[in-house]
Amino acid sequence: MTSMTQNTASQTAGAGSTQQPKRFVLPANAKRRVNTQRRKNIGITAYILFVLVPIYWLLNMSFKSNEEILGGLTLWPQNFTLENYQVIFSDPSWYMGYVNSMTYVSLNVIITLMVALPAAYAFSRYKFTGDKHLFFWLLTNRMAPPAVFLLPFFQLYSSVGLFDTHLAVALAHCLFNVPLAVWILEGFMSGVPREIDETAYIDGYKFHTFFLKIFLPLIRSGIGVTAFFCFMFSWVELLLARTLTSVEAKPIAAIMTRTVGATGIDWGVLAAAGVLTIIPGLLVIWFVRNHVAKGFALGRV
Amino acid sequence: MNKTENNKAWFLVLPVFLLVAFSAVIPLMTVVNYSVQDIFDQNTAYFVGAEWYREVLQDPRLHDSLIRQFIFSGCVLLIEIPLGIAVALMMPTKGKAASLSLILLAIPLLIPWNVVGTIWQVFGREDIGLFGWALNSIGIDYNYASNPGDAWFTVLLMDVWHWTSLVALLCYSGLRAIPEAYYQAARIDRASKWAIFRYIQLPKLKSVLVIGILLRFMDSFMIYTEPFVLTGGGPGNSTTFLSQTLTKMAIGQFDLGPAAAFSLIYFLIVLLVSWLFFTSISHLDKSE
Repeated sequence: MTSMTQNTASQTAGAGSTQQPKRFVLPANAKRRVNTQRRKNIGITAYILFVLVPIYWLLNMSFKSNEEILGGLTLWPQNFTLENYQVIFSDPSWYMGYVNSMTYVSLNVIITLMVALPAAYAFSRYKFTGDKHLFFWLLTNRMAPPAVFLLPFFQLYSSVGLFDTHLAVALAHCLFNVPLAVWILEGFMSGVPREIDETAYIDGYKFHTFFLKIFLPLIRSGIGVTAFFCFMFSWVELLLARTLTSVEAKPIAAIMTRTVGATGIDWGVLAAAGVLTIIPGLLVIWFVRNHVAKGFALGRV
Repeated sequence: MNKTENNKAWFLVLPVFLLVAFSAVIPLMTVVNYSVQDIFDQNTAYFVGAEWYREVLQDPRLHDSLIRQFIFSGCVLLIEIPLGIAVALMMPTKGKAASLSLILLAIPLLIPWNVVGTIWQVFGREDIGLFGWALNSIGIDYNYASNPGDAWFTVLLMDVWHWTSLVALLCYSGLRAIPEAYYQAARIDRASKWAIFRYIQLPKLKSVLVIGILLRFMDSFMIYTEPFVLTGGGPGNSTTFLSQTLTKMAIGQFDLGPAAAFSLIYFLIVLLVSWLFFTSISHLDKSE
C-alpha cells in the first residue's frame, strides 16, 4: 500500500516537473495540488492501516501455536504452523458451521430478493391504497432491536417445527433484510425511466415477461448491490442465528465460543476460525466491487 | 415522478406483506401480550395491565443503560460521520487504487460481529495484543478487563473501526455521482476547497448521509454482540447497553412480563428518535 502511494505521488511530482517550462501552467497551483494529493494519500493509507492492523493481528495469531501466543509478543509467527487450520478442517463439527452459515445466508438472500423485487417495483411505479404507510411500516422493522424478538421468535419457530433449521434463521433475518432490500431496490428502479415500461406494454409484452426479460437486466447492478447488503447483514448477525439453532443449523460464529475449554481459551484455533469467517465476505465484495460505488449512486443520489 | 394509481399493485407487495407479518407482527403481538400479563407457567397468567410498564419505567437499570446508550450512540455519530466523510474525500477516485481501497475498507463490515469482538478482545490485551501492549509500553495504564473507562473506550474504538467504513462507502458513492463539470465551474470561479466542500459536495451527499446517520443510529442503539464478547458488559456495568440489559432480563432471569414491557419501550424509543430525525430532515428539504 505504501509503495503504491509513493509511486503515485512521485508520478504526479514527475509530471509537474516536466511541465514546468511551459508558460501556461501555474506552478504554485500545481504544487499545491500535488501537495493536497500527497496529503490525501497519506491520510487514506493511515486509515486503511488502522483498519488492517487488528485483522493482521488475528491472521498472525492463527499461524502461531498456543505456546508462542502466550509466550510473548511476536510481530510475526516465529514457528509458522497450519495446525490451527487443520483442527478446523478435520473436524465436521467445526467445518459444518461454515456450511450451515452459508446455507442460511444464501437462503435468506434468495427469499429476500424474491419478495422484495416485485414489491419494490410496485412502490416505485404505482400509487395504491396505503402505499406510504406500508413503506414506513416496513422500515420500522429495520429499526426493531433483534433482542426484542429473541424470545417470541424462539417460541414461534418452535411451535411451527422450524426450530434448528436453516429456514428458521433465513426467515428471521428477513426481518431486517427485506425492508432494506425494498428500500435499495426502490431507489434503483425509480432511476429507470417509465417510458421503458410503457413502450414494452405497447409492444405487447405481458407483465411477467417484461419484468424478467427487460426490467431485471436493466437493474442488475442494483440487484447485485442488494444481494451484497443482504449477504452482509445476514452473515454477520449472531444473536438471532444462535438463538434459533442448537445442533443441526448452528452457525460458525456460535461454534467459535466453544474454544473456551477447561485449559482456558484456545487462542490459535479461535483466531483461525475468525480468519476463515472473513474469507466469504472478501469473495462477495470482490464480485461486486465495480458496482458498489456506482450502484449506491444510482440507487440514491 | 408521477405514478399511476393502481390498487392491483397490492398483489406485488403481498409476498412482502405476508412474510413480514409472519416474521414481525406475530412475534411483536406476543411481546405485547406478555407485557400486560403476569405469567407463572403455560396455563396460569393474570392480566396486570400497565403494571410492568410502571415497574420498568422506574427501574434504575433501565435508566442507567438508557443514559449509557444515548451517550454511546451520540459519540458514535459524532466520530463516525465526520470521519467517514473525510475518508471518502481522501479515497482515490480512479483505477486499481480505487477498487483496492474500496475492498480493504469494506472488510470490517463483512466480519461477523462476535469475531469483531474477538479481534479486539485479543488486540487489546496487554499480554498478547499489539494495541494493549503498545499502550502499556508507552506508559499508559490500559486494561479493558478491569478498568471501566478503558472498556468503554475500547467498545467505542471498536465500533469506529467496525462501522466508519459504511459511512465512508456511502459518501464515496455519493461523491462519484457529482458530475465533473461542477468541479470545473468551481475551478473557474477559483472557489476555495472549503467552498467546494460546503456548496458542491455536502449538498450532494445529503441523501446518502441521511441513510448513513439513520443506519448508524439504529445499529449503535441495538449494539449487543461486540461488547458482550469483549467484556460481557463489564467491568461493573460500564458497557452494558440496552440490548444486553434486555437479554439478561428475558433469558437470564426469565422475567417475561417486565422484559416484554422493556422491549416495547426500547422499540418505541428507536422509532421515535428515527422519526424525529427523518421529519426534521424532510422539513429542512421543504424550507430550502
